[in-house]
Amino acid sequence: MANKVLMKGNEAIAEAAIKAGCKHYFGYPITPQTEIAAYMAKKMPKIGGTFLQAESEIAAINMVYGVSSAGYRVMTSSSSPGISLKSEGLSYLAGADLPAVVINVQRGGPGLGDIQPSQSDYFQATRGGGHGDFHMIVLAPGSVQEMASLTVKGFELADKYRMTAMILADGTMGQMMEPVELDFDVAPAPEKPWATNGTKMQRKHNITNSLSLVPEELEKFNFARYERYKLIEETEALCEEYLMDDAEIAVTAYGIASRVTKNAVDEARKMGIKVGLIRPITVWPFPKAPYEKAAEKVNHIITVELSMGQMIEDVMLATKCKVPVTLCNRAGGMIPSVEQVLEEIKKYAKRGE
Amino acid sequence: MKTTKYLFSGFGGQGILFSGKFLAYKGLTADKNVSWLPSYGPEMRGGTASCGVIISDGSIGSPIIDKPDVLIAMNLPSLDKYESTVVSGGTIVLDSSLIDRKVERTDVNAVYVPATRLASENGMPTLANMIIVGKLLALEGETGSEIIDETLKKVISAKHADMLEVNKKAMQIGADYKE
Repeated sequence: MANKVLMKGNEAIAEAAIKAGCKHYFGYPITPQTEIAAYMAKKMPKIGGTFLQAESEIAAINMVYGVSSAGYRVMTSSSSPGISLKSEGLSYLAGADLPAVVINVQRGGPGLGDIQPSQSDYFQATRGGGHGDFHMIVLAPGSVQEMASLTVKGFELADKYRMTAMILADGTMGQMMEPVELDFDVAPAPEKPWATNGTKMQRKHNITNSLSLVPEELEKFNFARYERYKLIEETEALCEEYLMDDAEIAVTAYGIASRVTKNAVDEARKMGIKVGLIRPITVWPFPKAPYEKAAEKVNHIITVELSMGQMIEDVMLATKCKVPVTLCNRAGGMIPSVEQVLEEIKKYAKRGE
Repeated sequence: MKTTKYLFSGFGGQGILFSGKFLAYKGLTADKNVSWLPSYGPEMRGGTASCGVIISDGSIGSPIIDKPDVLIAMNLPSLDKYESTVVSGGTIVLDSSLIDRKVERTDVNAVYVPATRLASENGMPTLANMIIVGKLLALEGETGSEIIDETLKKVISAKHADMLEVNKKAMQIGADYKE
């Protein structure tokens, strides 16, 4: 406990990024994630790093492209509408196989929407995040501690696989304070022989580029990239299971929805209902195994989301629709209450002995 | 396993978020699990501000508070909005110099502290919030303890170290106040 400090989720992300060796941050303010930029503005000059408030989100993501090309750990952050602006850059990063960490502290949409918490960018995040065939590694923190630890992990995975790692958080996770411990063992960044950091007259010029006009060549790149994605799906999926051993109903949620759901599961258990929680920590790759296992023994799965139902599609795919999967949700910046989730659980609980 | 949910509410500028932060840090100092969640958004600019603090011996699920055990109301709109949400048997502490009505519920413990008046009378006009916090801690049987000193050192940055004593004094005024 001694090393724990109280921090907002947004601040924890910023501090963890610095601990992970990120000395370059580019951003543009937008609620509810502005504390990340504010923290970076304060800290980066003190450690010889770069903080730059770009003229727009598009400029910021292209600055990320530049710094990543040079071989350095780099991050940008935004909230939903700002992430849409960055999506062109996300696609270019993927096409050039460049590592980066991008934070999305989601707010209600579509359009400019509102500034309250939401999880309605799930499709956008897990299906690539821009045009063309590609994926990002998408990490979904469920506490301020995970806002920090998954940011560190994001940098490690981004470098390991040469791709973007996105932290898919929401307004609540960004704004809330919880005790957090910030002593991390950070794996040093690997050698980056592809980086455009000067030939020193010792090697050929490196070029980072996503333009590839010969279709036979481009196809080869895409197939190779998806070989890597297959490996990630096999080895990097993360998930927490809570009271699933004897569960007859499974509830599944990530981020703030998982916190509300955990309370509802505890309440339902007090009533004797055998219910458990599956909480994905990576949403791409989606952790299929616990759902496959659940599909063999539970008789119902409920997904709890701050959206009109997006993760539910991955749950249906993972369970191959062997059991009914239904949605319990709020949208537009609203958060399901413990009572709402509890009522939903009770609806599907077997009554009596 | 004890869990207490506190809801602080008032005008932006009354130190609502700070008093919540103090309480959360006090929980952390005492090795408890804590969460702190502010309202955020356009309503904060001149309107109402609120924050929810949960202190627990066990793990904390949702940081969102629908039914507080303790409501600290620093203005009338806050009392109007949240009075009905307090759990039966809970506590409402309110700034009676700014709220000219009584608590209507009969199943809660209502505590009236003229915090804003006491603050200006004692030459600390910005510390009505800490007078209320002092009263709250006294109600919980915690005053003058080392943990309060230790917590204040954590929430008041070194730059504002001169504010330490006056915060302590404000909390003492709150603790000593008798209706």
